[in-house]
Amino acid sequence: MSTFRNLSSSRRLALGLLGLAGAGGAGLALSLERAVSAADADRFAHAPHFHWPHEGFLDSYDVKSIRRGYEVYKNVCAACHGCFTVAYRMLRNVCMTPEEAKAEAKRATYLDGPNDEGEMYNRPGKTADYLPKPYPNEQAAAYANGGKAPPDLGLITFARHGYENYIFALLTGYQDPPAGFQVDEGLYFNPYFRGGALAMPPPLYNEVLEYSDGTPATKSQCAKDVACFLRFAAEPWHDERKKLALKLVSLLALISAALAYYNRHVWTVLINRKVMYVPKKKSS
Amino acid sequence: MSTQFYKSNPLFKVFNSTLIELPAPPNISAFWNFGSLLSGCLIVQIISGLFLASAYSAGMELSFEQVFKAMEVSDKGWLIRYIHANGASLFFLCLYFHVGRGIYYGSYLYVHTWNVGVTILLLTMAAAFMGYVLPVNQMSFWGASVITNLFSEIPYVGPNVVQYIWGGVTVEGPTIYRFFAFHFLVPFIILALVVVHITMLHMTGSGNPLGIHSEVDKVSFHSYFSLKDGLGVALASGGFVLVCMYWPLVLGDDENFSLANPSVTPHHIQPEWYFLFAYAILRSIPNKLGGVVALLLSVLILYLMPFTGLAKKKGSMFYPVSKGLFWGFVVCVLALTWIGACPVEPPYVLTGQIFTVLYFMFYLLTPISAALWDALS
Ligand code: HEC
Repeated sequence: MSTFRNLSSSRRLALGLLGLAGAGGAGLALSLERAVSAADADRFAHAPHFHWPHEGFLDSYDVKSIRRGYEVYKNVCAACHGCFTVAYRMLRNVCMTPEEAKAEAKRATYLDGPNDEGEMYNRPGKTADYLPKPYPNEQAAAYANGGKAPPDLGLITFARHGYENYIFALLTGYQDPPAGFQVDEGLYFNPYFRGGALAMPPPLYNEVLEYSDGTPATKSQCAKDVACFLRFAAEPWHDERKKLALKLVSLLALISAALAYYNRHVWTVLINRKVMYVPKKKSS
Repeated sequence: MSTQFYKSNPLFKVFNSTLIELPAPPNISAFWNFGSLLSGCLIVQIISGLFLASAYSAGMELSFEQVFKAMEVSDKGWLIRYIHANGASLFFLCLYFHVGRGIYYGSYLYVHTWNVGVTILLLTMAAAFMGYVLPVNQMSFWGASVITNLFSEIPYVGPNVVQYIWGGVTVEGPTIYRFFAFHFLVPFIILALVVVHITMLHMTGSGNPLGIHSEVDKVSFHSYFSLKDGLGVALASGGFVLVCMYWPLVLGDDENFSLANPSVTPHHIQPEWYFLFAYAILRSIPNKLGGVVALLLSVLILYLMPFTGLAKKKGSMFYPVSKGLFWGFVVCVLALTWIGACPVEPPYVLTGQIFTVLYFMFYLLTPISAALWDALS
């Protein structure tokens, strides 16, 4: 092995310069990145990182939190927001018994049909139904909310930078605007929202609902639970994913290790051979 | 006897001569693993794609909701989609290593193999772009708009060409239908070209890091390279599964989770990481037509590489200046990738322009420097 010390001096100089240029370039790039983000006109607060129960490699969803989160969604958010990714059947064995899920679905009504007479009719929900939408269409939703349609919450967790951190920060982040910040009529100041003011009135406050499991429904508790539920809505296969991941990754690691060993075993003769040029001895 | 059988049967003979008895240079490094990895990528994409296609409905309003519901409804639908989406990234990672290997070690001197390879690269880029549009989310809709609009820069016929591609006055239903049709078709064309690529390669045999003739010293493909390639596949699959299963969304964009909305432009439009360098080149030319030409050239220039073999020896192994230039080129591509993800404002614009010039300079300087080196030594 050649070390830095026994390189020729010109090579040492060249390597040194290369290193210097590399470090300088990286520093320059970093400072440019910093300098510009400070000048960004469209500034808003980035959601801090919270420690979610389902965060680690081996962590599953917190089903109790999802159950409470569903209650918050149903009692508060569902008045304005749909959630197109969740069907009642997905709640059973996650945060409800099959009977509870069935009863829950029955409480909603769905427009179905046409029947044999060609008429549309209302029927109670089935577990295969997806959660009902509060408005028949985008226009109705916008009209009822001062011109801004509430987005569907089915994938909202993944659709915003920060994921569930953002949801929590947004829901708990409402406050008075700082002096000098103009908030338009019908908008509410929230530093986490891009632009600083949004059309959603603060949906959560302490005791906004009563949890069926008796947990005190503080604002932050509700925000955390609904964030857990919305994360579930965006990725219902989360637990299955992590379980399968563990199996596949360890299997592939074992196969790789075995192949690496066998590979070396097969190649070793070839790699360690020595090819020599031996000039023929002149026979005098 | 079984050995006799697979050597004489016309079908198995082919596999015998490409996968078992093929003479291969023993000194080829891990950079030669990417060929087999790429075949693997293509197979994975085609199979996972077939599953996805069977649960897909094309349409401006339909696709988005359908795609996400299918992830949950069909058994392991989410896994198939994560594999297909991240598989594209693995595909391009391998492609870039493979092409980089070709540039460094002078593989472009196998002119026909090389040209078929560049064609495969171009078709893969087209397939990836069209596939990205299919879920009709915000980023894919706006990406489709930006890229298809580039065709309007073709002199005289441009605007007509764009409408012809759209099948309407903007990106709408028919655009999605045809993108789906072509996204389904192109991979099979790629597959056919891969067969041609490999056949042509085996007419000359693999190159090797030293760039010298290796007829005097070869080993049979099996079990040396079947094992080495197998190990490569196992390691790559391990890394791939790790990403697919633990960070499936890390290479994507938040805008992928909002339904396409033609009246709301995303705050920041950018392609997937593997197109960022080309996107940066496109944006660094102030003139739109010029940008499109530069974008096309950034890949098409690979077709010119066979003409740059001015040096006496193959590859960069014996040309220190070429080696330096090559790594400089790698830095350029990485820098352009970074610029492609930055907003169009100072100082990114100028930085991108400088790296664009350097990017193209590489193709000019390498043959010249190598020829000079020959002349001087
Ligand atoms: C009174 C109706 C109403 C209720 C109740 C309501 N929202 Fe909203 N929400 C809106 C409207 C309107 C918007 C659109 C705001 C905008 O774009 O300015 C919105 C937007 C949002 C957004 C997207 C913000 C963004 O980054 O674009 C989230 C997330 C959200 N709501 C979550 C919730 C949750 C969770 C609940 C229940 C705790 C809830 N909302 C209850 C009306 C409501």
